[in-house]
Amino acid sequence: MRYLPHTAEDIAHMMERIGVANFEEVFPTVPKDCRHLGDMDIPGPFTEWDLDSHMETLRSKMIVGPDHTVLLGAGSYHHNIPAIIPSLMGRSEFLTAYTPYQPEMAQGTLQGVFEYQSLTARLLGVDVANASMYDGASALAEALLMALRLKKKKKRVAISRAIHPHYRQVVEAYFRPTDFEIVELGYLEDGRTDLSTLESDTELAAVALQSPNFFGVIEDMEQISAAIHAIDALFIACFTEPLAFGLLKNPGSQGADIVCGEGQSFGIQRSFGGPSLGMFGCKDSFVRSMPGRLVGETVDLDGKRGFVLTLSTREQNIRREKATSNICSNQGLNTITAAMYMEALGGTGITKLARLNYDKAQYLKNQLVEAGARVPFAAPTFNEFVVEFPFDFEPVQQKLAEKKIIAGINLKKFDGALKDKYLFCVTETAAKEILDTVVREVKK
Amino acid sequence: MKNAPGTSGLILEEPLLWEKGKKGRNGMSVPQSDVPSAPLPEELTGEAVNFPDLSEVDVVRHYTRLSQWNYGVDTGMYPLGSCTMKYNPKINEKQAASPAIGMAHPLLDEQHCQGTLQLIHDLERYLAAITGMDAVSTQPAAGAHGELAGMLIMSAYHDFKKSKRNKIIIPDTAHGTNPASAALCGLKPVGVKSGKRGILEVEDVARLMDDETAGIMMTNPNTLGLFEENIKEIAALVHEKGGLVYADGANMNAIMGIVDLKRCGVDILHLNLHKTFSTPHGGGGPGAGPVCVVEELEKFLPAPRVVHDGGRYRLDTDQPHSIGRIHGFFGNFGVLVRAYSYIMSMGAENLKKASQYAVLNACYLKVCIKGSLHLAYNRPCMHEVVFSDKLQQEYKVSTLDIAKRLMDCGYHPPTVYFPLVVSGAIMIEPTESECLEDLDCFVEVIKNIATEARENPELLKNSPQRFKVKRLDETRAARNPRLRG
Repeated sequence: MRYLPHTAEDIAHMMERIGVANFEEVFPTVPKDCRHLGDMDIPGPFTEWDLDSHMETLRSKMIVGPDHTVLLGAGSYHHNIPAIIPSLMGRSEFLTAYTPYQPEMAQGTLQGVFEYQSLTARLLGVDVANASMYDGASALAEALLMALRLKKKKKRVAISRAIHPHYRQVVEAYFRPTDFEIVELGYLEDGRTDLSTLESDTELAAVALQSPNFFGVIEDMEQISAAIHAIDALFIACFTEPLAFGLLKNPGSQGADIVCGEGQSFGIQRSFGGPSLGMFGCKDSFVRSMPGRLVGETVDLDGKRGFVLTLSTREQNIRREKATSNICSNQGLNTITAAMYMEALGGTGITKLARLNYDKAQYLKNQLVEAGARVPFAAPTFNEFVVEFPFDFEPVQQKLAEKKIIAGINLKKFDGALKDKYLFCVTETAAKEILDTVVREVKK
Repeated sequence: MKNAPGTSGLILEEPLLWEKGKKGRNGMSVPQSDVPSAPLPEELTGEAVNFPDLSEVDVVRHYTRLSQWNYGVDTGMYPLGSCTMKYNPKINEKQAASPAIGMAHPLLDEQHCQGTLQLIHDLERYLAAITGMDAVSTQPAAGAHGELAGMLIMSAYHDFKKSKRNKIIIPDTAHGTNPASAALCGLKPVGVKSGKRGILEVEDVARLMDDETAGIMMTNPNTLGLFEENIKEIAALVHEKGGLVYADGANMNAIMGIVDLKRCGVDILHLNLHKTFSTPHGGGGPGAGPVCVVEELEKFLPAPRVVHDGGRYRLDTDQPHSIGRIHGFFGNFGVLVRAYSYIMSMGAENLKKASQYAVLNACYLKVCIKGSLHLAYNRPCMHEVVFSDKLQQEYKVSTLDIAKRLMDCGYHPPTVYFPLVVSGAIMIEPTESECLEDLDCFVEVIKNIATEARENPELLKNSPQRFKVKRLDETRAARNPRLRG
């Protein structure tokens, strides 16, 4: 096997040096009744070429492939990824390094993560961003737990039902063994979160909303922020599409205390939902309650600038059961990918790209309305929106699938009450003629 | 030390991103718009994002230079204990990046994504076969996430049994994630000291185990690189009191095809695919931390599960006892593809060999280095071995100095100051990827450093010298945090 360098001669030499006669004697402390009994029932070994053909059979079972236009978002977005990203991120110095515990020989990772933290903080309008969480959903769960640590006496949090249903499920799982309570906020006719029940609830540690929300709707964050702060709760702003902040007001500028969400849009393949990264930021005053790793700037013995992991007394390796989170490995490589993408776009590019996403989605939305569809949620949207049709859309969807267009997702998949409402996503990758094809099929 | 790979090459300086660039440059093409521009309400429009504008060349040079300040497994030996820095095969990267898999949207209809569903299903089966456990969920995104899943399962199990338990036994050799994960589930960690032999003794656990204790979290082999020989007896007594046994599989690389964890009495186990199964660490993730359980606990695994029936793979969301969803989609799927590709490339026979060679390499280093560094436990080791700076203390040379000197010699240092039970610990895990000549070279370097510690301790204290920066002031970073630019 090409990964195993040991020759019979090497093994004999090493065994002699150790003083054992065979591999049985290399494991003297493993009791008989703990031993693995037989062969492990797994295929292989495959040569590189056999593996390629085997993987090809799996790939051939992916009916929807790269030749399709997938007008789906809901937490996973298709954006163009420039060639420099796989090329640079494939560099093994980034890829095959461990967590930067020895900073002098990991300055590449450390500076890269520091830059990620900085760009993320600028984008989200927060003072400080950490070196990532697993994904948007777990970031939200951690944000809520952090808020409960900050508001020690309060035991309840509120989350909007316009937050991605999967995120809410993850929050539920994280909260299940705790004695904290979750209340849900409904949404209004226009698709924005209903805040009317908030003012009577002074026991809330935090209120979490997503913007653009699960329906693609842009929440009125300024008003929300005022309402939440009026009851002395923390405002957690969540997102699944960070590109929106290239165009829209960012959550920090609107008063959010903790901002968290999904960063997959920034140069990372959809890859069936992972790995991506959870972006996480907050105000300076909360930094010592923050979960996850942080990279900070310092100097070396000669006074030269360098970077290290810092404030680790919050973390599990030092604080153990009193840590702010159990997180250890995060999404390191993806933070640098996201930074590279943000940087390749630059300030000018991100606005242009966000605008293009907005325009394209608006175009399809308007055209569908003209073709007879109804927009159930009237509030403004970014690159996703919900529509319903005066007829059964499923046959049209099937027809479009035959034309290699995956048009929208039926929200009944998430909530029976949302049956036959379809969530569409349009990014810069969908050409106008594709969108026109969708409209044409709807008109038929 | 003529053989050490360390050398001082050309190191290029590179500023922070925003210290370069000029407004108006761009590093990525944005498509021309082919639709009319739509009005956007002014109250929603934000200010321009404060990112610098760089050209593509600027970005490429920036990250290329950064990468050159790093050290990876592809650069050289990385004997970081408990981290299993084995070779990360290139073919795995190719499989994960292939468009059909890499571009798959996680919410595709089942009929459209049978390939990815099959991969999850089969990988779960293979991991069960390797560990001896009955059922697996690949949803957890990292080791600690797998621990959390495991603790949620333990807590769901006791709820199901209507038995109220609020404590959990955790040995002093455990990774910090263990108590932190337990605490997230409202379980209070109760520490148990490892015995004189560096492993848990049955009586010590028996004294602590009661019917308010949910179970025990053990790492096997433990972080001293020793096999917990009493695991079966310990498991039996934990089970007798109604508790469950959780095993942290961080050190699985020692025991593939050698140990059956279910036979050991383990009920819940997590794996680190970014350790044992060769997926790259990426400078701190993404990893994957599948959670494996015995049959009785299968119903508690994270939802949804991928099931195979009627010749098709489908997602089963009807899991009333499940702990629920712990990741937005299916975990770090791209990492699963790499691990799957590794397992298929290796086959059963080579996986077992990998563990045998990993342990052989560690045993060899133990014998060769003993004498130069103090061996913490002179007992048969598994895939890693723990030394300390005890022999160097008289020259006022510490573990940190040894680690920094190793860097100048061209090696990533071992894990240092962990496990906490050994003062000044130096924890070496060579993995099966290192060949005899490279091990011998490493031994030479260690011996030489031991001599330097005696004869020229200042050399060690002033290390490293051959990197972009010298020792960094970590106290200053923490006291006066500067976390963004």
